[in-house]
Amino acid sequence: MSAIHESTTDEGTPRAGTRLVDRAQYGLAAFLGIVGAYVVYDATTLSDGFADQPVQPYAFPYAIGGILLVLAVMLANATARGDVPQAEEGEDIDLTQPSDWATVAKLAVVFLANILLIDWLGWAITGAILFAGTAYVLGSRTVIRDVAVGVALSVGTWYGFYSGLGLAIPAGILDGVL
Amino acid sequence: MDSLDLLMGGFQQALTLENLFYALLGVFLGTAVGVLPGIGPAMTLALLLPVTFAVGPDCALIMFAGIYYGGMYGGSTTSILLNTPGESSSVVTAIEGNKMAKKGRAAQALATAAIGSFVAGTIGTLLLVLFAPTVAGQVVKLGNPSNFALIVLAMFAVTAVLGTSRLRGFIALFLGLTIGLVGGQTGQARLTFGNPLLADGIDIVVVAVGIFAIGEALWVAAHLRRRPLDIIPVGQPWMSREDWGRSWKPWLRGTALGFPFGALPAGGAEIPTFLSYATERKLSKHREEFGKGAIEGVAGPEAANNASAAGTLVPLLAIGLPTTATAAIMLLAIQSYGIETGPQLFDTEPDLVWALLASLFIGNTLLLLLNLPLAPLWAKLLQIPRPYLYAGILFFASLGAYSVSFQPFDLAILLVIGLLGLAMRRFGLPVLPLIIGVILGPKLEEQLTTSLQISSGDFSTLWSEPVAAIVYAFIALALVAIVASGLRRPKPAAPVEEKEEVSA
Repeated sequence: MSAIHESTTDEGTPRAGTRLVDRAQYGLAAFLGIVGAYVVYDATTLSDGFADQPVQPYAFPYAIGGILLVLAVMLANATARGDVPQAEEGEDIDLTQPSDWATVAKLAVVFLANILLIDWLGWAITGAILFAGTAYVLGSRTVIRDVAVGVALSVGTWYGFYSGLGLAIPAGILDGVL
Repeated sequence: MDSLDLLMGGFQQALTLENLFYALLGVFLGTAVGVLPGIGPAMTLALLLPVTFAVGPDCALIMFAGIYYGGMYGGSTTSILLNTPGESSSVVTAIEGNKMAKKGRAAQALATAAIGSFVAGTIGTLLLVLFAPTVAGQVVKLGNPSNFALIVLAMFAVTAVLGTSRLRGFIALFLGLTIGLVGGQTGQARLTFGNPLLADGIDIVVVAVGIFAIGEALWVAAHLRRRPLDIIPVGQPWMSREDWGRSWKPWLRGTALGFPFGALPAGGAEIPTFLSYATERKLSKHREEFGKGAIEGVAGPEAANNASAAGTLVPLLAIGLPTTATAAIMLLAIQSYGIETGPQLFDTEPDLVWALLASLFIGNTLLLLLNLPLAPLWAKLLQIPRPYLYAGILFFASLGAYSVSFQPFDLAILLVIGLLGLAMRRFGLPVLPLIIGVILGPKLEEQLTTSLQISSGDFSTLWSEPVAAIVYAFIALALVAIVASGLRRPKPAAPVEEKEEVSA
């Protein structure tokens, strides 16, 4: 997904002769186009509002969806002309290395596991899995300590919510145990 | 003076043991997260929004204000000791501050930043107390057309004036407006995909946590620095007589620059910190030191940064318009108590507002007391193992979103919005316009509806009020200026086209 150098002239100075085209940005433009089109389509399914509603329920969706479509075209156009995004920087971010999308995918899988299991197992268990799992994906190799910290956090937050905030997080299979 | 009495009443309330505890907790948490890489004050507030279920509005807001101010302090510590600023407003501090630290003057850099922040924060809060009630008193008289215009102005300002790419700003704004459409506010379900769980819209807590926390954690995970950072060791911050002499004027000038910029709808801290740096560089008797660690270059921008933080509370409290990400989340916190934000806030919730204002003074003083002796301890926070830091962020983000209604569906939305946040960071889309769009989009529709209901459908009502007309004239002028400067701009070395961004 990194930017690709495209040489536009046969020779000459590298700065003037190369053009950066971030092809992934076409994907973003397509995404904007799909979202805009869907918002407009959704607006067509709405019917007229009440008599005292001077702004029809579909007025804002038409405007927002339409502008999103325009922005999608403009972004595609800017991308073709060599407009590259300035990726966000930060203390722990090293933009000199290529992006590590495998790690992101693994994190998403752990996250998804939490979503699927939380009703059954309850937060006290899935929260611990979430913490230990993401820590492992991010490079921690002290598995026993990670699980211990995760259990302490998830059980601790469960009781913290219960006694401190008065909210009972669904306990899942631990119902009655906690 | 009336405000003074009210402020004294606010102090009485803020100085109760419970509120003092929350103020201390706030500044402590705020400084910690300001120092911690990857976490900013906006993300922290987003993660802490569930707290509003349990504690009273005064406690929560006092704590949130402490986090806001504390985050500024902590951010400067990181940029001085690491040279990798976490927030864009600390970029300038890092220029001279890190050079000072490398020359062995980290203690002085931290001291001038901390004391300058205290001076600027105190003066800024004083100006806030003076101006906000007056502004609110005027704004409360405005009708719906003017309020509609002010919301348009806020959206335009954060999108077109701030940030580097206007095209990307508008993309973010309209994505936010789209998220704000979801739900059945208008009587008909919009963009719900027939899912009853979406009928009430996407909970704003889930959006904020997804964009700020999940998006950031995933983005860092994709680019995690494999080699450790060089952290400059630091002792107790202190300043010599000469340092004081060189610092106090930049503090005051920085404050004078920072507060008005913060109070403007197009404010933010980046412009005043850069202006302050340029000013100090021009006025300094030690110009040769600039670029090599001049103390004026830390003192001025740090003061500007904190004064602008105080300034952003003017539109937030007096108009109900957030102009920074952190202010946006504070607005959400107030609204989560069912409190209507806007100019009437000073009338409907005087106790709350004045306790909050008083607690800003208290928090600022606590920060100074806390930060000078504890700086070496804060520096240790920079060594926290990164897997734990980011696993912790994901953990608490999930908990925060889940606690909204204990629906796994909210976690699924959280993941989707988190992935959007990741994509935004990859494609350089600014986060602020999106969150402003989500919050203000529904309000924009509401104000337009009410305006047209009153005028029975006559659109000319929109520019019938003088404030509204002035705002539209201002936006039109700004658009002209943007187009003109964009067209005149010489073609830069890299083939970056500005034209299509301008016509947006």
